Amino acid sequence: MMTSDVRHLSGAEVDRHVEDAAAYVHIPFCSAVCPYCDFAVVAGADDRIGRYVDAVLAEIAMSPRWRPLDSVYFGGGTPSHVDPAHLRRILDALASHHGLANGSEVTVEANPEDFGPQRASELFSAGFNRVSFGAQSFDDAVLARLGRRHDAGDIEVSLANARSAGFQNASMDLIFGTPVERNESWMATLRRAVALEPDHISCYALTVEPGTPLHRDVKAGAPAPDPDTQADRYEMAERILGEAGLGRYEVSNWSRPGRECRYNLTVWAQGEYEAYGNGAHRFVDGVRSHNIRRMDAYIDRIEQGVRPISGSELVRGWDGEIDRLFVGLRRSAGVRPGPGVDALLGTRGGGVLRHAGVIDVLEGRLVVTRPLLTDEVHRQVLDLSPPQGWVEALERDNLSD
Amino acid sequence: MTNQARIRNFSIIAHIDHGKSTLADRLLELTGAVDARDMREQVLDTMDLERERGITIKAQTVRLTHRAEDGEEFVLNLIDTPGHVDFSYEVSRSLAACEGALLLVDAAQGVQAQTLANAYLAVEAGLEVIPVINKIDLIAADPDRVATEITNVIGGSAEEVVRISAKTGEGVDALLRRVVDLIPPPSGDPQSPLRALVFDSYYDAYRGVVCYVRVVDGRLRSGFKLEFMATGETHDAAEVGVLTPAAKPVNVLEAGEVGYLITGVKEIDRIKVGDTLTDAASPALQALAGYAEPKPMVFSGLFPTDGDDFERLREALEKLRLNDGSLMWEPETSRALGFGFRVGFLGLLHMEIVRERLEREYDLDLVATAPSVAYRVTMTDGSIREIKSPQDLPDPGSRGDISEPYVRAMILTPSDYVGPIMELVTAKRGEMGNMSYLSPERVELDYRIPLSEIVFDFFDLLKSRTKGYASLDYEPDEYRTADLVKVDILLNGQPVDAFSAIVHRDKANDYGTKMTGRLRGLIPRQMFDVPIQAAIGGRVISRETVKAKRKDVIAKCYGGDVTRKKKLLTKQKEGKKRMKMVGSVEVPQEAFVAALRVDDDL
Repeated sequence: MMTSDVRHLSGAEVDRHVEDAAAYVHIPFCSAVCPYCDFAVVAGADDRIGRYVDAVLAEIAMSPRWRPLDSVYFGGGTPSHVDPAHLRRILDALASHHGLANGSEVTVEANPEDFGPQRASELFSAGFNRVSFGAQSFDDAVLARLGRRHDAGDIEVSLANARSAGFQNASMDLIFGTPVERNESWMATLRRAVALEPDHISCYALTVEPGTPLHRDVKAGAPAPDPDTQADRYEMAERILGEAGLGRYEVSNWSRPGRECRYNLTVWAQGEYEAYGNGAHRFVDGVRSHNIRRMDAYIDRIEQGVRPISGSELVRGWDGEIDRLFVGLRRSAGVRPGPGVDALLGTRGGGVLRHAGVIDVLEGRLVVTRPLLTDEVHRQVLDLSPPQGWVEALERDNLSD
Repeated sequence: MTNQARIRNFSIIAHIDHGKSTLADRLLELTGAVDARDMREQVLDTMDLERERGITIKAQTVRLTHRAEDGEEFVLNLIDTPGHVDFSYEVSRSLAACEGALLLVDAAQGVQAQTLANAYLAVEAGLEVIPVINKIDLIAADPDRVATEITNVIGGSAEEVVRISAKTGEGVDALLRRVVDLIPPPSGDPQSPLRALVFDSYYDAYRGVVCYVRVVDGRLRSGFKLEFMATGETHDAAEVGVLTPAAKPVNVLEAGEVGYLITGVKEIDRIKVGDTLTDAASPALQALAGYAEPKPMVFSGLFPTDGDDFERLREALEKLRLNDGSLMWEPETSRALGFGFRVGFLGLLHMEIVRERLEREYDLDLVATAPSVAYRVTMTDGSIREIKSPQDLPDPGSRGDISEPYVRAMILTPSDYVGPIMELVTAKRGEMGNMSYLSPERVELDYRIPLSEIVFDFFDLLKSRTKGYASLDYEPDEYRTADLVKVDILLNGQPVDAFSAIVHRDKANDYGTKMTGRLRGLIPRQMFDVPIQAAIGGRVISRETVKAKRKDVIAKCYGGDVTRKKKLLTKQKEGKKRMKMVGSVEVPQEAFVAALRVDDDL
């Protein structure tokens, strides 16, 4: 495995985000749904944007007041698809309901084709200080296969627009391993991406999610992404991005030092985050819960004056320790020692993982050293039993799901 | 009480699907034993598997009353025989209870090897053999040709061959007349001390072991204290009776009669088929001839897929044994497959039937190791050991010669296929014996072949090379010394006992290459390269590698959706739990099943 020279965050630096307060806002609207996407999204429903935004505002008002937010993340869907005035109303509501901490990170996801100079300025003046572009590729054939509605040139223009509008912090998502992509075109994508000097890049392997049009195509015989090819491309990303001064701090995320996505760091440090909108997930007071996924049902529930929660998982005691490893091990800095780490290293499966070079103990922390095999580690972690004599601090009970 | 002169005891010898059960049904119907209304097809085949496969596994028997044309009544005891080579000992015992046999041959398919083998048994036992051609109503029927084949085998003239359709009933009346006219009545001495042959037994949940007996001399009376001459056990005759086919108790079974006996014994292996019963108060001096212990010829390890099912497997085997005294097993431990049993079978069909019954009737999921034979190993100290599992083969340092069981195989084939069969037999280390023509188109070939080759895939290959026309029967022959080696299969350097095999040195490379190649396709990629090797002793003879997997990670953890990802991975983990760990290598259960499947390419 290639390692970059870029300095990773220290364990202490990533772990302190457990103290953060974060919020996620889901904006489900898109101009069209991409064939690989299985998120809670809707296309052709722009007439309901106003009603949806009202519902999100109502949900914020319903939620208990909290402490000032260290990060806010507007994800989607395509937040840049809706009028920035709507997003501003939501952001203002969050700021007045919970407060925004000094220097907080406020991210908006955007598609390159939406990001003209005016929209860029409106979003910046609305209070967003970080933009994350769904760039995906600089190979137009790949973009077409992914059902994207922009071309490589649009990415360059939109990033320039972001900079002109005042965004000091810009990220882009890339997808590798689309069957029409070749090694050379992926290398070209990486080179063109780093040439734009983004602060942050996420690289995701194309995944065939059940229920998507891509899944149906593959089942009907279309070529599926090849895991070995994807592993090759991942290693290319590791090399090119490292050379460009972007360090990997999580399985799929690279950044310039200090430009790590704070919202993500909070999630992986097992910090708390509120969430608003259909299908949104939160972790507050030791409970992971999520909202109703269908937008219409979400709106209906809110309009009836009820919080739209559809399922939850109590994450305390031993489950909390497992959860800490589960989220934390995605980070390059791994996790600090604890009973879960001891349990993992004590199992036969843990021994095999270590022997196979998938995990290691570095500077006292448990680290996944072959990030492409993280799921192997995760399956083992989820299977761990508490050590003998472990006493649950809190009574366990099952919340609804 | 029936005058011996009015008794006819006979069996039907037939190949699978040649219509034995249908003929039995017709006889039952014609003699009024079973009302036409109650006629269930194939009354005598009671086990589900028997009905499905159209074969008889356990012999059954029925007493028929036939009124001859002159108005006299005859008792006809029809003793059904198992149709398959695996059960030839049972066949020979059933035949020993008869004076005659119907040799039933399909009018289209002609004489088959098993039929022939059993016909020879009947002739050797001194039985009157009545040749019968069945299914003359078929379009493809060629009774003249088949009649010639039959007479070439057992002699006689083609005109004497009875032609019937058991399905329509045509000719069955005439057949009954032949049975009465040609089959000699029993000729035992009613005044001598009791001698009765146990020719079959089965377990009844309420009554215990039920024996089928043929009284040869003297009389068997309810209430007698009986001595079983081979085992030396004594038991009371709690009930004797006849089968009509419903069980009907009688006070006494006279010399020449056939019926059942219940003693109250609950364990089937205490009563041996082939044993002779006598009156403990005035015992016969000499037992009837021909008793032998059933001897398993084929061995296979049976392991529950789920290790927790080990006890259930043991119970199921014990229950099966209640009805099948030939079933034998001992515990076996495999590093790869866990706890199970090495089970001995009379042959391949027996093995298949037992496995199927275990899975179907006892709802067990089993992995069966490749069938093996019993090798005899001469140790350096001169002692001889019998090895039923490759695992048990002693180290080369402590052993001398290994010998393996041969069989005498009889193959009946259309003459067009003689060439391909000779090729096959040579490839399987067989030795050619006689070749004789039953008719210009049909040839009987006589070979000596190692049983291990038969057990491996010979039967399937024979069928595929002769478009299914050739038939095979075999009987145990001598042991012969051979250059045999044990091929081990190693996964990541660890031998997997379940895949080891004892093979001839000339076949070792083939076995190794095929097995490693097969496993490479069956073992999922792991976190590290997994070498798969075949080795004789320390020498690797073939090698394949399952390359390490490089990517196993869900790319994105959307917006903090941790719960869904946990669920997905937990589900995957459950799937992995069904894998067997061989050292550090996860091997799916299906890989064992698929790797051990015997088929044409191995």
